[in-house]
Amino acid sequence: MNIDFTPEDEAFRDEVRGFIAANLPPECADSPALGVMTDKSVVKRWHKTLYEKGWAAPAWPEAYGGTGWNATQRFIFNEEIARANAPRLMPFGLTMVGPVTCTFGSAEQKSRHLQGILSGDVWWCQGYSEPGAGSDLASLKTRAVRQGDHYVVNGQKIWTSYAHEADWIFCLVRTEQSAKRQEGISFLLIDMRTPGIEVRPIISIAGLHHLNEVFFTNVKVPVQNLIGEENKGWTYAKYLLVQERTSIGGVPSPGRRLRISRRWHERSGTRMGGVDGRSRVPAQTRGDRSQAHQSRIHESADSRRCGGGKGGWTAIVPAEDRRKRGSAGFGRTRRRSRRLLYRTIRARSPAWRRQRTGYRPAHTRNVWADYGYGRAASIYGGSNEIQHDVISKAILNL
Amino acid sequence: MEFALSEEQRLLQDSVRRFLEQNAPLDKVRLAAGNTHTVQRSLWAGASELGIPGMLIPEDFGGMGLGFLDAAIVYEMIGRHVAPLPFLGTTVMAPLALMLAGSEAQQEKWLPKIAAGEIVAGVAITEKIGILEDAGVKALNGKLTGKSLFVIDWAEADFYIVADSDHGLHLVLPDAKGLSRRALNTIDKTRSVGELVFDRVAAEPLPRSSADAVARMIDAGRVMLAADTLGAGQMMLEKAVAYAGERKQFGRVIGSFQAVKHLCAEMAAALEPSRSLVWYAAHALDEVPGDARLMACHAMSHLSEVGRFVARTATEVHGGMGFTDLLGLHYWFKRIGLDRQLLGGPELVRLEAARLQGWAA
Repeated sequence: MNIDFTPEDEAFRDEVRGFIAANLPPECADSPALGVMTDKSVVKRWHKTLYEKGWAAPAWPEAYGGTGWNATQRFIFNEEIARANAPRLMPFGLTMVGPVTCTFGSAEQKSRHLQGILSGDVWWCQGYSEPGAGSDLASLKTRAVRQGDHYVVNGQKIWTSYAHEADWIFCLVRTEQSAKRQEGISFLLIDMRTPGIEVRPIISIAGLHHLNEVFFTNVKVPVQNLIGEENKGWTYAKYLLVQERTSIGGVPSPGRRLRISRRWHERSGTRMGGVDGRSRVPAQTRGDRSQAHQSRIHESADSRRCGGGKGGWTAIVPAEDRRKRGSAGFGRTRRRSRRLLYRTIRARSPAWRRQRTGYRPAHTRNVWADYGYGRAASIYGGSNEIQHDVISKAILNL
Repeated sequence: MEFALSEEQRLLQDSVRRFLEQNAPLDKVRLAAGNTHTVQRSLWAGASELGIPGMLIPEDFGGMGLGFLDAAIVYEMIGRHVAPLPFLGTTVMAPLALMLAGSEAQQEKWLPKIAAGEIVAGVAITEKIGILEDAGVKALNGKLTGKSLFVIDWAEADFYIVADSDHGLHLVLPDAKGLSRRALNTIDKTRSVGELVFDRVAAEPLPRSSADAVARMIDAGRVMLAADTLGAGQMMLEKAVAYAGERKQFGRVIGSFQAVKHLCAEMAAALEPSRSLVWYAAHALDEVPGDARLMACHAMSHLSEVGRFVARTATEVHGGMGFTDLLGLHYWFKRIGLDRQLLGGPELVRLEAARLQGWAA
């Protein structure tokens, strides 16, 4: 057991922290909600800053613009980003289609797409789910029919985050009706400006527009936009899902929520007893209970941090373990850390109560957005129930 | 940076696991449970050959000079096998009291005997955490008066470490005049706890006693209880998975039903991060003093909840069989139950954690 950082690690941390302090514009640090992007220009600006430093995609192979950092350095970097409350870069390019292109893409695809992803100039979205294909993703029906040097795509995708902001979409499409459904799927890159694509908004529980439906009507896609081989898309799709789930594990987020929660707690002190007029329990007892409850939530978050954050230890486990652990840590980390924040605020803050009656001070807005958005966290990237299936199969051999 | 057990630690854990598999199978546990307040001498002697009793004791006193993380992973194995061993008091808390607060003479007299596995040491410290009814021990002119409940490793102890109401620690011999002892029967038949009643009992003070020494004993004890629960919980999960893979209904093994799979997956998802928490809490006792107390609280209370969830869920997966003595699953269930209550239940420990962070008076 050696959880000390080396002097080199500490020097690296200083360098990262110094860079962030000097280059993160104040409006970038103030604006992000915890899990939701609210303003494209803010994220884009921060992406550009990191890109110019060469730090946009630390985990990529160096040949394609990665930093060559080891796992500890990547952890330190993520921790410092979270500590500074910097916006999270959009994952659809950097952690999803980027690694797929690096691994399975043609030379032409690499030279065409990787640079734009790295610089943040080209934004991507993810065309996986369909109205009839959620957890049962392989039942997807959006069809691509080869006609000469094009595919013609017809169908519909749904829950497409930021499709309305995206320049490109990566799509799973059916290219063959085979006996085994997984075998007839292909992975296509589609320019969102292509005629026949229509994006319609879905407004979320948080009152925000980040989700969309995307309709494809006779959309012509050049065959050179096919990743890898036709009908082998399921292999690439699964590779991407591992990246996605590891990223959704959100190692730095619990730490960030924990800090916000502590701040709230300290600000509102121990005046808990007076907040809830409905209670007949004496204030002191309620206070004690509330504080014990607070501890309970924090200890839970700590267990997640040890598994996944305080040292990003999950991120440092060998790659072959990551799939399993990704699934195990996934649902719980996110559920617990959001619950932490939500409960803290519900318990501690009169503002929270006012918010529910319509008055919403600025400093609670992001929290509510995060909480509201968080209701989807146990669904996207594969629902918790699907993760439980993965755990029972991959870890427990049931 | 490496957050993992060392090669030596893995070997240590493996050797303890093998020893217990061979020497503490369920039928032995069952026999021992019929005599809860008896020390299983042959099993303890076997553990001594592995160096377990003296693992925390410095080599100068015949021990192995290992750390709390080593002790935690050993207790995890002991919990895994619900082994009837006097580990918590004899191996961890009493030697810690002597090392932190004892005189050189006391250390020289007792530590080598503990390390050799020759003696058992009980620990009477419950009242430093919470006082039930009229319990509590007062020291006056070198004599102890009062009562202590839930004394750890009570049975056949060769001496007791007793905490008084003023942060003093004392060494009391079992045949001291004015001392009466009564066994307490808990649901857990694999470990002995009891009651000590003092009527002006002559006691030998540990000269360097302090509030800090008492608190550190409790911290260490809590981390060990968390480790015990972790081991017991992991075994319950494995048993549930094995049972689900054998038991058939509707012509299929019940582990093929999603309802059952998900119960098992929930247990695995609860236990996996708990392991890191216990490791870190134990590591903090050794290396990160600033984090140690809070992490001990977090580990203890979190594992109490995870343990209860796993104990209930694993029993559920076993259906009616889970409730039988025949299967013996209840030994794990009850072990986890006592772990939860010794040295403070989760509600109380959380309040302490809140105080440590300045949130509560």
